[in-house]
Amino acid sequence: MTRADIYTRLADQFGDSIVEFNDESLQRYIRIEPSGWYAIATFLKEDPDFAFDSLMCIAGVDRGPKEDQMEVVYALFSMTHRHKITIKISGPRADFHVPSVESVWRLADWHERETYDMFGIVFDGHRRLKRLLLPEDWEGFPLRKDYQVQDYYHGIRVPKIKPKKLTP
Amino acid sequence: MQGLIQFFQHIGLASQFWATVLSTIIYAAAVFGFLAVFALVAVYLERKVSGHMQDRLGPMRVGWHGFLQTVADTLKLLAKEDIIPRNADRVLFILAPVVLFVGTYLVFAALPFGPGIIGADLNIGLFYIIAVSSLVVIGIIMAGYSSNNKWSLYGGMRSAAQIVSYEIPVGLSLLIGVMMTETLNLGVMVQAQETGIAGLGGILGWNFIQNPFAFIAFFVYVVAGTAEANRTPFDLPEAESELVAGAFTEYSGMRWAFFFLAEYANMWIVAVLGAVVFLGGWNSPIPGDIYVPGIVWLFVKAFAIVFVQIWARWTFPRIRVDQLMTTCWKYLTPIAFFNLIGVGFWLMMSPF
Amino acid sequence: MRDLRTEEMTLNMGPQHPSTHGVLRLKLRTDGEVVTSVEPVLGYLHRCFEKHAENLEYPGVIPFVDRCDYLASMNNDHGYALAVEQFLDIEVPERVEYIRVIFAELQRIASHLVAFGTFGLDVGAFTPFLYAFREREMILDLFEMTCGARLLYNYIWVGGLSHDIPPGFVEKTYRFLEHFEPKIKEYNDLLTNNKIFIERTADVGMLPRDVAISYGVTGPQLRASGVDWDLRRDEPYSIYDRFDWKVAVGVDAYGELGDCWNRYYVKILEMQESAKIVRQALDNLPVEGDVHAAIPKKIRPPEGANYFRSENPRGELGFYIVSDGGTTPFRVKMRSPALSNLGVIDEIASDWLVADVVAILGSLDIVLGEIDR
Repeated sequence: MTRADIYTRLADQFGDSIVEFNDESLQRYIRIEPSGWYAIATFLKEDPDFAFDSLMCIAGVDRGPKEDQMEVVYALFSMTHRHKITIKISGPRADFHVPSVESVWRLADWHERETYDMFGIVFDGHRRLKRLLLPEDWEGFPLRKDYQVQDYYHGIRVPKIKPKKLTP
Repeated sequence: MQGLIQFFQHIGLASQFWATVLSTIIYAAAVFGFLAVFALVAVYLERKVSGHMQDRLGPMRVGWHGFLQTVADTLKLLAKEDIIPRNADRVLFILAPVVLFVGTYLVFAALPFGPGIIGADLNIGLFYIIAVSSLVVIGIIMAGYSSNNKWSLYGGMRSAAQIVSYEIPVGLSLLIGVMMTETLNLGVMVQAQETGIAGLGGILGWNFIQNPFAFIAFFVYVVAGTAEANRTPFDLPEAESELVAGAFTEYSGMRWAFFFLAEYANMWIVAVLGAVVFLGGWNSPIPGDIYVPGIVWLFVKAFAIVFVQIWARWTFPRIRVDQLMTTCWKYLTPIAFFNLIGVGFWLMMSPF
Repeated sequence: MRDLRTEEMTLNMGPQHPSTHGVLRLKLRTDGEVVTSVEPVLGYLHRCFEKHAENLEYPGVIPFVDRCDYLASMNNDHGYALAVEQFLDIEVPERVEYIRVIFAELQRIASHLVAFGTFGLDVGAFTPFLYAFREREMILDLFEMTCGARLLYNYIWVGGLSHDIPPGFVEKTYRFLEHFEPKIKEYNDLLTNNKIFIERTADVGMLPRDVAISYGVTGPQLRASGVDWDLRRDEPYSIYDRFDWKVAVGVDAYGELGDCWNRYYVKILEMQESAKIVRQALDNLPVEGDVHAAIPKKIRPPEGANYFRSENPRGELGFYIVSDGGTTPFRVKMRSPALSNLGVIDEIASDWLVADVVAILGSLDIVLGEIDR
């Protein structure tokens, strides 16, 4: 199936949840509402025409304080039909909740934890949503654009490096 | 040993008691010296053999072809800090290497090095050796338990299971030698292997070639003996990639060196017993009157078995703990029992 | 067996442990020697790669990519360079493509040699490790004569290479292949078909096909479960469609598909195939040509995002790059294969013995630099 076909079928089924279909950019994507994501995810995986059995990657993106938007990007792939689709979910930076698809694709378990770890995006329904790479008592979410390093960690001074270009 | 006592009496030491005490001390010191030297040589051998098996040279820098490398390592071990973990059971922790080493060391009292070169020529020598060498397992369990380390505990438990199990095939295989020579005295056992089939002597007199059962028993013995000495592929108590260093994880310096020494001493015991019981001890493989001292033949045979153990170590992966038990109880022990019965019938039926 | 359960013990395997392949910590719940659950604790080697990448210009990320998977730096460079090039929509000269493939496949052999050797160590065989390093050393010599570095190369750049290959490289690589190809048989004799090795690895830690796909397990680990899938063939990037080679898939020789033995054996087969690719690439290598494409001095990809994946020795290496039109990436997400592969450990290592957990972990072939980034 082409991406357009996938979009048409999804739009039929879950019209309310779908915000945008972008067929222009290098990586074409479907933008959806957070609320409908779990149902769509299950459908994408279970439906034999789609059979997106493989989740390639989950990436969080912070659009910065100016735009006040955060995104989670899911890259899906079907081993049986060999087609791909990218799903984007956007939300406010302050309190962004996305349904967890950890029970649909097991890969999402760690990748959602990593996204939470780095961006503070909460995945509702995740069974063990805790930090993956950083210590559990670390403050702040480092990949946010306005992240400030905490002063002390267990009494150890955290070195501060002024944000400057590392390459000349 | 008897020679030593007589020597002291000859030079004028009247008291039988003091002559015995003096010669015991000298003999024990000599055995200890031998052990230390043997460990140095065996470690060197192990490094060189493994090096050449692995397409490299092994130690080359210290001394001629790295011959003094092991000496340097010993000095390093002596100079190392002796660490006792704070939460370890101090008494047992300190005692463990001692118990282990004593268990091994006691064996040497009845282990012959050549014709007449034996600490105590017991008429139950083999029985004594098997009994005393069981002390080793207590040492390892003590080390594993007292370290207060879960890896050590695993090592200790594995070791207990392993050594207790493998003693059965070892014992049964040695028993075949006893049945064939009708003695527990190791010296007499070697004498009995001088003649053999049709009185030809030489290699034909050795136990392992007398009948098919003894032949199998010899291999069962070498396999089970390797396990007794905790060598790869049976080195589960210290299984480096699984248990860090197993029962010996927390030991350092000289205490650790004692474990090491005991391991090599165990290798030697296994090798010498194998040579004495199955390979004709200090008898020459060639019939006739070529004069080579018996001690040389014994050492050649023992080092051959040591070499096989080293060879196996650098060739095989380690087996898993359940496979270890399977190998022992489902294969080696039944084979050993079958051999025992087989040898019994053979000796009854055989015209020789 | 179930009725014999006793009190469970928590066992910390790592972060300092001989066979966790780095600073990985596994929290094991054990019942005697039986492991009931495995919980990996990550992050001991976290070096903020993704944050760094946001502060560096596009070519400047490459040395950091090197350090992620330090056993397969060339493949990482290759993947990243291709991702940026696809974004910029530039073509690189043909000679560059061939040289890149030669290096990527040599690196794949080197990486699999380490996997083969350390897996031997994990199951207690020491010698294969040194055999593997003997051959790996030759590959590192080839890399050294090309770019001066032996581990972290910074060789494959966006739009080309840092240097051309030196004179004598082609002949030396041919000589290496002559030497290497017969050695595979030696490895098989020494380890693959060893009875104890088969007992230790066959039918241990089975990873069924569906579970593997759901967990995002990729690369040799996925192929060992019988999935005939290789990005080099199925989504051909670079010039992989020009070569004649086979995708190595698990075989039904000693145990079920997807066991440790298969995960190990697929790597052995893959080394053979990689050697084939290198040979063909050397045969067809264009003699003359520039090793830099015409690219602007400052790389500014158009605004947007792109996910590009390539086949790393450990599996699917993906780069999700978001650009805001500037000279530094807005966001770089590295989908590291080893992280996804390790995620499956609790699923396949529970209810095995401690020794098997070590074997399973070894067969997953993880590199902590890439997991923690």
